[in-house]
Amino acid sequence: MARYSIFSLARNALTGHRDWPKLWRAPEPRPAYEVVIVGGGGHGLATAYYLAKEHGVTDVAVVERGWLAGGNIARNTTIIRSNYLWDESAAIYEHGLKLWEGLSRELNFNVMLRQRGVLNLAHTEHDVRESIRRVNANRLNGVDAEWVDAEGVKAFCPPISISPKVRYPVLGATLQRRGGVARHDAVAWGYARGADARGVDILQHCEVTGIRRVAGRVTGVETSRGFIGAKKVALVAAGHSSMLAEMAGLRLPVESHPLQAMVSEPLKPVLDCVVMSNAVHVYISQSDKGELVLGAGIDAFNSYGQRGGLHVLEDQLAALMQLFPSFSRARLLRSWGGIVDVCPDASPIVSKTPVEGLYINCGWGTGGFKATPSSGWTFAHTIARDEPHPLNAPFALDRFTSGALIDEHGAAAVAH
Amino acid sequence: MMRIECPWCGGRDETEFHYGGEAHIARPPDPDALSDEAWADYLFMRANPKGVHAERWMHAQGCRRWFNLLRHTVSHDIVAVYPMGAPRPEAPETAR
Repeated sequence: MARYSIFSLARNALTGHRDWPKLWRAPEPRPAYEVVIVGGGGHGLATAYYLAKEHGVTDVAVVERGWLAGGNIARNTTIIRSNYLWDESAAIYEHGLKLWEGLSRELNFNVMLRQRGVLNLAHTEHDVRESIRRVNANRLNGVDAEWVDAEGVKAFCPPISISPKVRYPVLGATLQRRGGVARHDAVAWGYARGADARGVDILQHCEVTGIRRVAGRVTGVETSRGFIGAKKVALVAAGHSSMLAEMAGLRLPVESHPLQAMVSEPLKPVLDCVVMSNAVHVYISQSDKGELVLGAGIDAFNSYGQRGGLHVLEDQLAALMQLFPSFSRARLLRSWGGIVDVCPDASPIVSKTPVEGLYINCGWGTGGFKATPSSGWTFAHTIARDEPHPLNAPFALDRFTSGALIDEHGAAAVAH
Repeated sequence: MMRIECPWCGGRDETEFHYGGEAHIARPPDPDALSDEAWADYLFMRANPKGVHAERWMHAQGCRRWFNLLRHTVSHDIVAVYPMGAPRPEAPETAR
C-alpha cells in the first residue's frame, strides 16, 4: 500500500496526479475463503479490516451487491457521539469514539473527524430531568458529558433561538464536546484500502442469492458470480438483514424503515456544532462544503423503497424553523432516504447465530454511522474467536429470548 | 406520501392514519404454556419482507377504526384493503 504523506503528495504533483495507485483491487472471486462478509458498507469493510489487522485473518472476501459503500454509509448525516444512557451502549459507542479519535492516523487516510461538540436539546421539564440523568450516567461510564442551560446553549451555538415565546423553548442541553462529524465516504474508503492492502478481496457487484448449509453449518454463499465457499459467513447488510437471514432460515426481530435526510444549498460557515432535538425532532450540522445537513426520524411503515413521505420532511423543517429562524431563507438542494433496520429495543445485534459459522451484525437503526469502527472491531473479534467480545456480548441475538433487552428507545438521546 | 383507502371513509392522505405493524400475529391463547423461544417469536420476530406485506392501519383522524391492507414495501403500492379478522387475500400476480 502506497503511504500517503506530504512527500507522496509532492511526488504525485510532479506527474499531474495521474499516477496515484488505486485504493483497492477488483479481484475475481476465489472458489473459497475462510470468511465471507456479506455487505460492503462501512460496517462490513471495518469488519474485514479488523479481522485482518487485529486477528491476522486475511483469507477474507467482502461481497457487495452494488458498489462499495453505496448504501447507508453514503446516506447518513455523519454524526458521531457516545452519550448513550445504558452501560452496555455507552461502552460500545465510547469504544467506537476512541477508535474514531485515532482513525485517520491508523488508516493513513483522512476521515475528516471534527470533534466540534454535540448538543442534545431539552425542551420540557421532563427533558431536563432525563438529560441530567443521562449526563450523570455518562460520567459514571467515563463518557464526557456536560449539562448546559439555555444561556450556555446560546453561547456554544450562537445562531440558535432560545426565545421563551415558542411552544417548545430551549431549556438547556447536554453537551458532548468530543462528539462531532466525520467524512462518511472517507471512512469506508479508508477501511477498504486498509483491508485490501492486507489481502482482503473486495468483490463488488456480487449479490448473495443463497446461504448454503450442510448439517446446520454454513459452507458458503451462492452469488450472482457463482458459489463462494466459506468456513464462516458474516452478514452485515443493514436494511436487508431480514432477507439474508431468511436465506439461512432465521427470523430476526428487526423491521426495515425509510430514514430521510436532506441538505441545503452551501452557505458560509454559520453552525460550528451538531444540534439534535428529540422533542421537536430534528438534527442539524454544517458540512465542510457549507451545506446544512438535516435529518430526523423514520417513516413509521416498513419499506425497502429508499424514500419516505414529504410530511416527515415538513415536520423536520418546522422544527428547524423554531430552533433556527435565520435558516428560513436557505433553500434545500436535495433530500434522500436510506433503509434502516430497527430492533424493538433500538439497540443493535452483533452476534453469533443458531447456525454454526454464521454471524450477524444488524439492527443499528438510525445511528449506525457513529458505530462503524466499534461495530467492525467487535464483530471481527466475534468471528475470529467464535465468541463475542465483552463489549458486544450484551448485544446478542438471544437477548430477545432471555429478555435482557437494552432499551435505548428514548433513553439515549436517540432521534427515532 | 401514500393515499390510503379507508374501508369506511374512502381515500385519504397517509397523514390521517396510524401504522400498526405486521398483521395476523395472533396473541397466543395460553401464554403460560409457551417456551421462551415461542414467546420471543410472538413478541419480537417479524416477517419484514421485501415485497407484499400484510399490515394494520388505523384511521386516527377519521373513523378511528382499524383495518388491514396489503402493501408492497418497495413500490408502496396498496394492492388490497380488508377488514381485521378476515383472512389475508391473494395479492395480484403483478404486485409480487
